[in-house]
Amino acid sequence: MASQQTATVQAAQPLTLDGVTHSYGTGFAVDNVTLEVKGGELVALLGPSGCGKTTLLRIVAGFISQTNGKVIIGDRSIDELPPNRREIGIVFQNYALFPHMTVAENIAYGLAARGESRAVQADRVAEMLATVRMEGFADRKPRQLSGGQQQRVALARALAIRPRILLLDEPFAALDKNLRLDMQIEIKRLQRQFSLTAIMVTHDQDEAMSIADRIAVMSHGKIEQLGSPVEIYDEPATLFVNNFIGSSNLLKGRVEAIGPEGYRVALESGAVWKLTSKGRFEAGAPVLVSVRPEQMVLADEAAPDRLPVALKLSLPIGGALIHDATAAGGEAMKIAMPRRPGALSTGPGTAFAALAPHARPSLFPAASS
Amino acid sequence: MSAAAAATGASPVRDAVEWRLAAPLGLTYVVFFAAPFLILLGISFYADAEQTRLGFDSWVKFYTDAFYLKVIFDTLKLGVFAVVATTILAYPLALVFRASSSRMQRVLIFIILMPLLTSVVIRTFAWIVILAREGVINQTLMGLGLTATPLNLLQTELGLVLALTQIEMPLMLLPLLAIMNQLDQNLIDASRALGASKWRTFFRVILPLTLPGWIAGATLVFASATTAFISQSVIGGARLVYLPALIWQQSMVVYNWPFAAVASLTLLFTVLTGIMALSWLGRFARTT
Ligand SMILES: Nc1ncnc2c1ncn2[C@@H]1O[C@H](COP(=O)(O)OP(=O)(O)OP(=O)(O)O)[C@@H](O)[C@H]1O
Ligand SMILES: [Mg+2]
Repeated sequence: MASQQTATVQAAQPLTLDGVTHSYGTGFAVDNVTLEVKGGELVALLGPSGCGKTTLLRIVAGFISQTNGKVIIGDRSIDELPPNRREIGIVFQNYALFPHMTVAENIAYGLAARGESRAVQADRVAEMLATVRMEGFADRKPRQLSGGQQQRVALARALAIRPRILLLDEPFAALDKNLRLDMQIEIKRLQRQFSLTAIMVTHDQDEAMSIADRIAVMSHGKIEQLGSPVEIYDEPATLFVNNFIGSSNLLKGRVEAIGPEGYRVALESGAVWKLTSKGRFEAGAPVLVSVRPEQMVLADEAAPDRLPVALKLSLPIGGALIHDATAAGGEAMKIAMPRRPGALSTGPGTAFAALAPHARPSLFPAASS
Repeated sequence: MSAAAAATGASPVRDAVEWRLAAPLGLTYVVFFAAPFLILLGISFYADAEQTRLGFDSWVKFYTDAFYLKVIFDTLKLGVFAVVATTILAYPLALVFRASSSRMQRVLIFIILMPLLTSVVIRTFAWIVILAREGVINQTLMGLGLTATPLNLLQTELGLVLALTQIEMPLMLLPLLAIMNQLDQNLIDASRALGASKWRTFFRVILPLTLPGWIAGATLVFASATTAFISQSVIGGARLVYLPALIWQQSMVVYNWPFAAVASLTLLFTVLTGIMALSWLGRFARTT
């Protein structure tokens, strides 16, 4: 395909944010963010509403100028460049297609602004329409397109200028679930094909997990943790990241002893577990143990490393059986176990929860009481 | 089945427009607009001032005399100038308004609306004070040494356009500000990110998408500038004659009612022509 040959010639450039800080007047919307996105890498900014994701994106695009810090593409600071000179492609949450222009005019807009000839514009428009598989729609107006089609046009328009960086602000928020998956694959494909350095904003953790190379979890304008999806999920650095990504059971406990292969933690609800952690804890320190639901199993007999739980309800969800339980210490727990075919939900009762063989719970310091 | 049938059966009744609701206003229009209009049309076909003979004489006289043709042309020109001047001033202000905080916007709206709280007569006389030979503008210019003799601003087209621009400004601004405020910031940002300069963004995105607001404003300004009898007569004086003054002179001074009727209908068509030209432009402003 011709489009793929022409598309991959440009080497991807890294994007570096160096101590970027922004204040709208009161407090910091973005607080000392340092982040290096490697050439050709897709980093997802993940965080709750209002944590500064959009603000960070708008700073990179040049729509607002940061109070402090530097934005660097390749090895050049772009802080002095106005948005129209930054060569950054951006896809907005509401797509922001020009409603008075046809699909073809929308895609050609950036090329016309660069003074490209009509012939070049027409070629590129045809190429981009083919890339996003929208060949038959050149003469439609945006309002005559479905949400997914508008999304594709928005992507085509952003990619037509051969940007150095691609920014996506919640690109899938307005799409329904099936279309969302299609478009995620599509964006991943295009990002690879054009070897683009990309930042995608989302507050959907599954989305971030599935298409990002790395995830930056943000909270209150700061990056709490930056890492691969697996790292973020398996080794959350802070309690905030732990709670924000996936679901987990938080059990209160106390460090009983520190041995060569980890900590011995006595849970308030009865069991004693041997755990490893990258964090440092003193003997006797109060801790919170976080276990993912799928890293626990239920047994019928008591043992020192099992904690008694009262089962309230069990729900079959697809291939798993989710048990809703309460530990002796009062903590609400969820335990997910593979469901044997034919097995139905079980009623209330008492059981003993233990760590699954592969489990790697995380330890966090608890506020001492 | 019966429910569906009942629903479809009932819908024409429910959808029927209750025309009687429009009766009071409709009747008022018939009595005070349609009927006088027809009378006016009838009077225009009298050949003489005493209304004794029928004929096209009044129409022929009006449309063959260079003086009256110039009055039509000047009236049209005045409307166009007022539209151009208010446009040039209103668009930058609308952009500033858009970028302002909501508190600043309230202050701006108050300032913009303030002239409307004063009567046109008072505003017109205020402009005499400003434009007169010993008025504010001339005092300032002479004080700065920019001119030795006072400029003639009263009874000139320039002075009249200046005054009308200020007087009609709210009519242009209000629809324009409303539409400008609704414009999606992401569209402007998208244009900039795609490489368009601020000017290009203005002409390719902001202007086409705010055109409906401008057309509404321009229609109001054109219609009121061409018919602004008080401002035209007081500032334009006897030297500048526009259609409204001509109508008044023919009907109240000369008592040539057929001729005044022709002038009235001409003014009506002049305004309509302008409005139609603007709405024709509006057909190109398909913003969605
Ligand atoms: N124009 C503005 N003026 C003042 N404060 C603002 C402005 N835009 C955003 N903020 C504030 O800055 C903070 C970060 O906002 P931002 O839009 O970046 O959040 P976000 O992470 O994108 O949230 P969401 O997921 O809801 O889109 C918020 O507290 C918000 O109230
Ligand atoms: Mg946002």
